[in-house]
Amino acid sequence: MMFKKDLSLLVLILVVGTIVAIINPRFLSPINIANTANLIGLFGMFSIGMGFVIITGGIELSVGSMFALLGVIFIDLLVNYEMNWPLAMLLMVLAGTALGWLHGYLVTEMRLQPFVVTLCGLLIYRGIARYYTNDGTAGFAFGMNFPALEWLTTGRAFGLIPHSFIVFILLALVMGIVLHKSVFGRYLFAVGKNEEAARYSGIRTHRIITAAYVISGALCGLSAIYLAMYTRSISPASHGSFYELYAIAAAVLGGCSLRGGEGSVLGIVLGAILLQVLQNLVNLLGIPSSLNFAVIGGVILIGVLADQQIVRRRAQLKLAKT
Amino acid sequence: MEGEPARCYDRAGFIAPRTDDRHMSALQAASAAPFLDLIDIGKTYPGVVALSAVNLSVAPGEVIGLVGENGAGKSTLMKILGGVTAPSEGTIRIDAAEHAAMSVKDATKAGIAFVHQELNLFDNLDVAANVFIGREPRFGGLLNLIDTRALHEKVTPLLRRLGADFGPATPVAILSLAQRQLVEIAKALSLDARLVIMDEPTSSLTASETARLLDVIADLKKNHVSVIFISHRLQEVERCADRVIVLRDGKVVGRLDRAQIQHDAMIRLMIGRDLKSLYIPPAAPPREVALDLAEVRTAAFPSQSVTLGLRGGEILGLAGLVGSGRTELARAIFGIDRRLGGQIKLLGQVLEIAEPRNAIHRGLYLIPEDRKQSGLVLDFSVAENISLANLPAYARASLVQDNAETRNAEQQKAKLKIKVPSVATRTSSLSGGNQQKVVLAKWLSMSPKVIIFDEPTRGIDVGAKGEIYELMRALADAGVAILMISSDMEEVIGVSDRIAVMHEGRISGILERNEFSEDRVLQLAIGKSLREPPAMKLAMGG
Repeated sequence: MMFKKDLSLLVLILVVGTIVAIINPRFLSPINIANTANLIGLFGMFSIGMGFVIITGGIELSVGSMFALLGVIFIDLLVNYEMNWPLAMLLMVLAGTALGWLHGYLVTEMRLQPFVVTLCGLLIYRGIARYYTNDGTAGFAFGMNFPALEWLTTGRAFGLIPHSFIVFILLALVMGIVLHKSVFGRYLFAVGKNEEAARYSGIRTHRIITAAYVISGALCGLSAIYLAMYTRSISPASHGSFYELYAIAAAVLGGCSLRGGEGSVLGIVLGAILLQVLQNLVNLLGIPSSLNFAVIGGVILIGVLADQQIVRRRAQLKLAKT
Repeated sequence: MEGEPARCYDRAGFIAPRTDDRHMSALQAASAAPFLDLIDIGKTYPGVVALSAVNLSVAPGEVIGLVGENGAGKSTLMKILGGVTAPSEGTIRIDAAEHAAMSVKDATKAGIAFVHQELNLFDNLDVAANVFIGREPRFGGLLNLIDTRALHEKVTPLLRRLGADFGPATPVAILSLAQRQLVEIAKALSLDARLVIMDEPTSSLTASETARLLDVIADLKKNHVSVIFISHRLQEVERCADRVIVLRDGKVVGRLDRAQIQHDAMIRLMIGRDLKSLYIPPAAPPREVALDLAEVRTAAFPSQSVTLGLRGGEILGLAGLVGSGRTELARAIFGIDRRLGGQIKLLGQVLEIAEPRNAIHRGLYLIPEDRKQSGLVLDFSVAENISLANLPAYARASLVQDNAETRNAEQQKAKLKIKVPSVATRTSSLSGGNQQKVVLAKWLSMSPKVIIFDEPTRGIDVGAKGEIYELMRALADAGVAILMISSDMEEVIGVSDRIAVMHEGRISGILERNEFSEDRVLQLAIGKSLREPPAMKLAMGG
C-alpha cells in the first residue's frame, strides 16, 4: 500500500523529468543535476522532521522563522564572538531541539493546537531574528573563511555530489529505520492513528508526540546551518520565508496524511525531489520565475486529486468484486 | 395490534377542552383514535433479532411508559419511530397513511420529536438558536440575515409555557441538564410535535427537577401532545404513564393499563425468562484477594466511594444501569482517569497508578467498552495490535523484530481461534468477535493478574460470545482475577461467580451465586434494597 504510493510518486518524477529533459537537455547536465541535488538536500533535511510531526497529526509552521533566528545567531557566534564552529553548530542544533521540545510541551501538556503553537513560533522567532540584527543583514566579512565548515556544508564529493545531499540521504536512511523499524516509530504511527487506543495500550502518548517535535526541531537546527552557509548572508526579514510550506508539501506529496498516522520517509524523500525538479522546470522551461509558486501549487493539487481518484476507483473495483 | 386501545387509553377526565388545535376535527370524530400505529414491526440485524412483531399505537394526549432491560429493544423501536432505522417487516400507519419505513423527514412531518438521553444541543449557541436551528426566521434579501427579534418572539412563549426560568438569549452552555431538557422540549413544541419521545429523561435530574418535568408532561398531555416515556425509574413511570408497554428480547411481553401499573408487575414482566445456562463452574475455589479497592472515588460520583475485593480465580460480575459509574470506576483503576481518592492494592501491594502504563506493568489490564475507539488501532494489522502494549519485548536494540512479533501473533491466533487469513490483515476488516479476541490476545501475550472486561461481548454474535466466556473461565482457572462489567443480565447471571451491583456510584449490594436472580440484581441496580434480605451482604464499608 505504502509502497504503491511511493512508486506512483517515483513515476511522476520520472515523467516530469523526461518531459523537461526533452524540452531542455540542459536538465541532465551534471552541473544542473548537482545544483538540484544540493537544493534537494537542503530542503529535504527538515522535510523529514516535518513528516514526523505530521504523522502525529500535528503541524510545524515555525520552520522558516527558526532558520532566520538560528541563522543570524550562528553567524553572529562565528563572526563576532569568534566561537569555534563545531561548538556553535552544536549549540544551534541544541537550540532547535529546545524549541521543538517547547512546541511539543505546549501541544501535549498545555493542550494547545499545533497550528496555533507553531504559528505563534513563526511570528515570534521572525520578530526576534529581525530585532537581533536591527533588521540588518548578517553575513560573513569579505575574505572570512571556515574551510572545514564549508567543506562539510557546501562541499562536493568528487567535485560533484553536494555534501548537503549526502547528509540528507544518510539522515533519510537513519530516520527511515527509526520510523519504519523501531519501537518509537511504531508508537508514532499508533498515536497518529488512534491516540486513545495507544494510551489504553500503555504508550506514553505525550512523550511520543513531544519527541516528534524535538526531532523536527533538531533537524531544523541542522538545516539552519546548512542554509546559512549556502546563502552566506541572512536578511532576517525574508530568510527562510515559506520554507515550512516546502516541507509540508514534500510530506503531503510523499503520502503523509494531515489527519495523522500515515507517511513514509521514502515518500518524503521523493516528495522533496519532485518539488525541486518542479522548481528546476520553471527555470529551464523559461517560465517566468514569478509563476514559480503557481506552478508548484498547481502540480501538487493535480497530483493529490489524481491520487484521490485512483484510490476511490480502486475501492470501487474492490467493492464490485465482492 | 393493541388489545383494547379504548380501555387502555381513554381516561376522558384527563383531556381538557382544547382551545387551539390543528387536530381538532380528527379528535372530535373519535377522541381516542390513534394517529400513529406500528403494526407487526420486526427488525433483524445479521444474527440478531432486535424486534419481532411489535404493535404499538399512540393516541393524542396519552402518556405511554416504555420499559425493559438494557438490550430489550427499546432503542431500536425508537430509532424506527424516528425514521433513523427502517424496520425489516411490518407497517407504520400515520393518520391512515401506511409506510413500510419512515425517513427522518417523514417522522418530523408526522410530528414525532425526540428528547434524547444525551441531549443534542449546540453548546456554542443560545437557547433561541437551538430551538429554531435550520428554521430561523430571516429578513430575506441578499444577506438573508436572521431576524433575531422575530426568533425571540417565537421562542419566548414556548419557554413561558414550559415554565422555564431562562430567556431565549441565554447561552446553552451555562444551562443545567434539566434546563437543557426544557430547551429540547421547546424545540419539539416548536415543530408542532404530536408525540414527544423521552429517553431516560430523569436519569440525571434531581428530585425537584424530576417533579417539574412530570408537570411539563402533564401539561403536554393537557394540550393533546402524546408522550412516550422510556425509563428505568419505574416509580416515575408509575406516576406519569397512562399505560405501560413492557419489552423483553424484542417482544412486547406486557401491556398494563393505568390500574395495573405497579412496580412489581413491571419488574416481573421485564425479567422472567429462562436463562439457558452459560455458567462454566470454576475448577478450583477462588484464591486470596488479588485486587483490593478501598474507598475509590471517581469524578462521575465524587461523593460516593467503592470498596470491593476481587479474588484471584473468580469472575466477579459488575452489574448496574448504564450511567451507574461502572465504566468510570474501571477507567480510574486502569489509570485513564485520575481517581479522586481511595487506595488500590494489587496482591497486597499498594498500586500507584498515574497512567495506564503503571497498571499494565503490574499485570492489571483493561478491555475497554469501545473496542474500536479505545481497544484497537483499526488500521494496524492484527499482529501490530497484539504486540502494541508490549512492543519492547519483540524488539532488539529498539528495533521491532518482525519474526518475533509474527510468531507470537500466530500463537495467539491459534490459541484464541481468531478467524483471519493472516496476522498481517488489517484489524478493521475483522468481525466484532474476532476484533475482541485481538484485544484479548494483546493482554494474553503478557502476564495478566487482573483483567477488567468492560462489556466484553457487546455487538458480538452468539457463537463468539460463548468462546469469549470460555476464555474468561480458562483465565480465571489459571488464577487471573476477572472483573466483568456487563449490562447484559443474561451474561451477568450466567457467567459470574459473584455479582456486585452498582447504583449511582456506589456498590448497592453483592450477591453470591446461590442468591442470583434477575429480580435481585434489578432491585439493587435501581437503588432499592432487597426486601427480604436472606443472604445479601452489603459491600464492605459501603
